Amino acid sequence: MIRIEARDLQKQFNDRLIFSHINFTLQSGESLAITGPNGSGKTTLVRIVSGLLSPSGGAIVYHIDGRTYRPVEVYPLIGLVGPYLQLYLNLTAWENLVFFSKIRGLTVDKSRLRRLMAHFGLAGRELDLLKTFSSGMLQRMKYVVALIHQPEVLLVDEPTSNLDEEGSETVYQLLDEQQQNKILIVATNEPEEIRFGRKRVDVAGQE
Amino acid sequence: MNPRKYGLEESVWTLLVKSNIIFQKDFHLEFRTRYAINAIILFAVISLTAVSFSVGPIQLEPPIQSAMLWVIIFFSAMSGLSHIFVREEEQQTSDTLRLVAPPTAIFLGKWGFNVVLLFSLEIIIIPLYIALLNVEVQGMSAFLLIIVLGSVGLASIGTIMAAIVAQASTRGALFAVLSFPLSIPVLRSAIQGTWTAIQGGGVAQCLADIQLLFSFTVVILTSSILLFEFIWRK
Amino acid sequence: MRRDWWKWFLGIWMTLMILGAFLYTPVAKGLGETTRVLYFHVPAAWVATLSFLISAVYSIRYLQKQQIQYDVWAASSAQIGFIFTILATVTGSIWAKEIWHSYWNWDPRETSIFVLLLIYAAYFALRSAIEDTNQKARLAAVYSILAFVTVPFLVFVIPRIYDSLHPDPLINPEVKIKMDPRMLRVFLGSLFGFTLLFYWMLRIKTDIEFLKLKLTKRM
Repeated sequence: MIRIEARDLQKQFNDRLIFSHINFTLQSGESLAITGPNGSGKTTLVRIVSGLLSPSGGAIVYHIDGRTYRPVEVYPLIGLVGPYLQLYLNLTAWENLVFFSKIRGLTVDKSRLRRLMAHFGLAGRELDLLKTFSSGMLQRMKYVVALIHQPEVLLVDEPTSNLDEEGSETVYQLLDEQQQNKILIVATNEPEEIRFGRKRVDVAGQE
Repeated sequence: MNPRKYGLEESVWTLLVKSNIIFQKDFHLEFRTRYAINAIILFAVISLTAVSFSVGPIQLEPPIQSAMLWVIIFFSAMSGLSHIFVREEEQQTSDTLRLVAPPTAIFLGKWGFNVVLLFSLEIIIIPLYIALLNVEVQGMSAFLLIIVLGSVGLASIGTIMAAIVAQASTRGALFAVLSFPLSIPVLRSAIQGTWTAIQGGGVAQCLADIQLLFSFTVVILTSSILLFEFIWRK
Repeated sequence: MRRDWWKWFLGIWMTLMILGAFLYTPVAKGLGETTRVLYFHVPAAWVATLSFLISAVYSIRYLQKQQIQYDVWAASSAQIGFIFTILATVTGSIWAKEIWHSYWNWDPRETSIFVLLLIYAAYFALRSAIEDTNQKARLAAVYSILAFVTVPFLVFVIPRIYDSLHPDPLINPEVKIKMDPRMLRVFLGSLFGFTLLFYWMLRIKTDIEFLKLKLTKRM
């Protein structure tokens, strides 16, 4: 059982206060939608929860089986899809998958990786360099990479950016599965995506 | 459910395995784009030609030969060693990397890459240098040992400075500005040792320089490993 | 006013040291009137080294605690140290012109102080290249510590370039002070005065920085 606890989170860059007084707890089987207008700090909050950024005030901790961890310590549990996380464009899709599997300490499960690729409509493109992919295909590829290690905590920033209808459907299906018994955090303003968060945090409304 | 199941605890062995994976990834990427290796070798060849051209037929004395060699190596290193981190930052893959690998493994992998990069440069540049400047190296074993140790030293400083510079706004000039003061002990002992070796000194005659190069590299590498997490985590 | 008594004391003390340096002390054999630079040049070099040490210590503390006031101390100490480094370099250079007949000839002491100048310059260049306050503090602290780790090697490696011609009032292998008692009195007094002056300047600098932080509500 994993529980994420955010207490009084606050972030500022130099003099500019991004947000303050963010509080929430989330445990396996729960989901959270982060909402707020453009520039309000949705991405900043996602980055803080995933450990890519440290907060200026407050605390974010992961409780796992009675022990507490800082976000940077639990990166093996986290999967993150966001516009600011790029893959290696000069490697092929397959080389990317092999690298990310190995660096996570997993054995390369070829059939599973192929199934994931196919699930996101990328079958047959395994040997192409990622720089030949369209932005929609790259977004699909990011999901494949984020799911390699079956993350206990999945964070998605703008889930369907660049995706067509079919791609969005696949993603919605995935988000639905993730929130069943794992943790899902979605940062979005789209009404049909907000519904995936049973809990809500409005970044702008927390002043 | 224990932490090991999630992979939350890393042993020294897995760190080494993972740094090797990072190294191979960077090597693979470099092999495909040849961005750093082209920059560094072209720079070295141009500066070597410039030196040889300006000297003309004059035979340089061993102290100057040795100093010239290290000036060329240092500036070539400054032109190529920062790519390893700057590339991740520019292509926005550094955050992806932050989420998949422990910092120490990343640092060690990148360090290994820079060491190999500098060695590959020297395999090309040193024969050229010996030929163009008409250098007669009499103590070959000491000469090679000092080249190897000096390069590892420069690569260590270059790697940790590259990590710092990658997060700053003005990267190009800053990299050399930051690296130079820290490189002085390496350059100084390497120049001294190379000079002795060219004149026929063996390992015994260069021992003081070899000891200094070795111990300084160990100290810089150890402090870099300890400090890298503070650079890498935002 | 009562808490500031030591500032008045320092003013009187430094006046006495300046008078002492020119009127009370004898000159050393072979150095003539240039001996008197000793009472200003060496304390300046001492403060330059001390401020570098303080900056490194506060950098370590910053990385431990991640509190911005440690960065303020580290950066302020470096800035004031930089002024004293320039003072030591300039006074030394003028003295060298008199005795060695050239302003600069890469004597080991000249090389060491030059490297210190380079380190400070690199430290400030790094600070100005980073926007975010916390990131600036972190990276500058790491650089400061790495530079500090390098210094012992410089001390060992630089004297091997040339033999030094530099007079050694304090820094010599036997760690003995070879000085006339009157010279020694003024010298130590000036050393103490410079250190106190450095402390005062550092306090003013950090107080200003803390006020700036308060105005922007960062603390």
